[in-house]
Amino acid sequence: MATVYFDEATRRFAGHDKSAVDSITLDIADGEFLVLVGPSGCGKSTTLRMLAGLEPINGGRILVDGHDQQGVRPRDRDIAMVFQSYALYPNMTAAQNMAFALDNAKVSKSETKSRVAEAAKILELDELLDRKPGSLSGGQRQRVAMGRAIVRNPKVFCMDEPLSNLDAKLRVSTRSQIAGLQRRLGITTVYVTHDQVEAMTMGHRVAVLRDGRLQQVDTPERLYDHPVNTFVASFIGSPSITLVESKVEQGVASVHGLAVPLQRDVAARAGGSVVVGFRPESWRIVGAGDGAGDGARSETGVESLAISVDLVESLGSESFVYGRPVGAEEASRVTVRLEKRTHLRVGDVVNVVPNQGEVHVFDASTGDRISD
Amino acid sequence: MSAPAIVGTIDEPPTAPPSRRERRADQNRSESSSHNRGPLMTTAGYVGMTVALLIVAVPLFWIIITSFKERGDIYVRPAQWWPNPATTENYHDVTTRIPFSNYFRNSLIITGVTSTVKIVLGVISAYALSLLRFPGRGIVFLVVIAALMVPNQITVISNYALVAQLGWRNTYQGIIIPLAGVAFGTFLMRNQFLSLPGEIIEAARLDGAGPLKLLWKVVLPMSWPTLVAFSLITVVNEWNEYLWPFLMSDDERVAPLPVGLTQLQNNDGVTNWGPVMAGTVLAMVPILVLFLVLQRQMIKGLTAGALKG
Repeated sequence: MATVYFDEATRRFAGHDKSAVDSITLDIADGEFLVLVGPSGCGKSTTLRMLAGLEPINGGRILVDGHDQQGVRPRDRDIAMVFQSYALYPNMTAAQNMAFALDNAKVSKSETKSRVAEAAKILELDELLDRKPGSLSGGQRQRVAMGRAIVRNPKVFCMDEPLSNLDAKLRVSTRSQIAGLQRRLGITTVYVTHDQVEAMTMGHRVAVLRDGRLQQVDTPERLYDHPVNTFVASFIGSPSITLVESKVEQGVASVHGLAVPLQRDVAARAGGSVVVGFRPESWRIVGAGDGAGDGARSETGVESLAISVDLVESLGSESFVYGRPVGAEEASRVTVRLEKRTHLRVGDVVNVVPNQGEVHVFDASTGDRISD
Repeated sequence: MSAPAIVGTIDEPPTAPPSRRERRADQNRSESSSHNRGPLMTTAGYVGMTVALLIVAVPLFWIIITSFKERGDIYVRPAQWWPNPATTENYHDVTTRIPFSNYFRNSLIITGVTSTVKIVLGVISAYALSLLRFPGRGIVFLVVIAALMVPNQITVISNYALVAQLGWRNTYQGIIIPLAGVAFGTFLMRNQFLSLPGEIIEAARLDGAGPLKLLWKVVLPMSWPTLVAFSLITVVNEWNEYLWPFLMSDDERVAPLPVGLTQLQNNDGVTNWGPVMAGTVLAMVPILVLFLVLQRQMIKGLTAGALKG
């Protein structure tokens, strides 16, 4: 178990002007499960590989338990890694795969045997120990790869998208298995994924990366409720947030004509225009109408936005409606979450209003968050 | 007022890679299309195979039947395609007219030592050039490749002068050391090692495997088919090596079989081909056995199941 500290760690690949990982500073507590998330090519895997010692560092440093890892060989770092491809040794059985590291560390035969047996029990691999990777299914291989990491009882686990080769159902069950295992073992874990659902459900904290730069590190809830910029806002959440660039006049943003009053301090910070974001569940339906684009008045007397439905996704427990504001058909879609019993069809027009206090406001030019 | 622009809703679903079933269907399609070639192409294929087979097999067949012919039956017209009467006299001749067992022993020693050195050097240098990072790695590899381009007939004269000066003529080391350089093995094994999945090598490094353990327990087991092919080619080449041992040796003390067989040829002025052919067959047998033993290993792929899929 250990703490991990990235101190402005930077990685530049030869022949590239831009850094793949650009001055990342990240403090990971002992026993923490930290998820690195971002779109492809954002540098999340590179960050992980730098920690494992598989990628050199061109600037800054990485500390494990307060010790600078510069020049420390991967095998001397006591870091175990689970690869996306699992990277099992094809010539060895599952048991030999798991015992390999202990063997190299000159752990006694009996100790090795008991540790492998224990890991096999945790991961339900008892029956498969004598099989080679070639005769294991994808899920079983994934568990052997996990077993190979946990028998070592390392300081840090690095996991590089370990679930992305599993089918959807297995992924969900393995997800909770890994999170449970990490809680039980209490080993500091850095987990890379591009899947925001994995990120939100597994990690104590989530670090969002974009183009090699750290955008935000926070708990999943904070990340969802208080994204620091439009990138994080749109990356986290599914279906994603609706972002609309709006003009601001006298402290009121006009979203497709819908008047969204801004708080005084927010309005003070906003310039002539802002980006306003609404999560799908932040809308409330206020009765159908055929209102024009500039905001119809409904019976509640509140200004509302009329949306023409062009897609309904029903998930059983809830459903999502995608529609475009009436009178602004070229604008992109607004997403609204509906309760279970609300039925809408394509072509319907609904009037929606945003919930008070659930509106995100961002600077139009920088994309940074303005609202609290 | 112009319509407000929407700056960033990301609601497109990620594009899923083709499922495994789809990929398999694709493969089946391309496989079946190769089965549906026209009869013309099929015939041409068989004709090509037959021609290739004949080019290889006829001389071999001729060697074998000649080794069982009596001396008088070898030069007859029309050619006799089956020994009649068959005799094993030629085989007896080989072992009595020349010190066959000495030549055979020399061949075993030279081939054994040279092949071992070549294989070990090839694997180790390939390991360094593929899996270790050091400055100038690319240049070293280019030099190795350049060495591959120089035919050994060119280096024969200078090698001869050097080895003779050292007083190594008619010694095993005189034959073996100049033959032990490897460019081919380095080249072949390096490319093999580079083709291995990098993540497995990295996993082994993180698992604490040192260089030798990495090579022995992880890299070589996955490279077995290539290593066997390389070994077989090396052994066959060393077994058949003629020019250099011929220059280095004067008699049966150190000369290998190919040199010994020429003694048969010139023994009595007029070449008696029967014993020469019998000697050739005897020289072929060990390699043939080795090939039969190793060919299964060569086709067996060992990387199956290492990665996802």
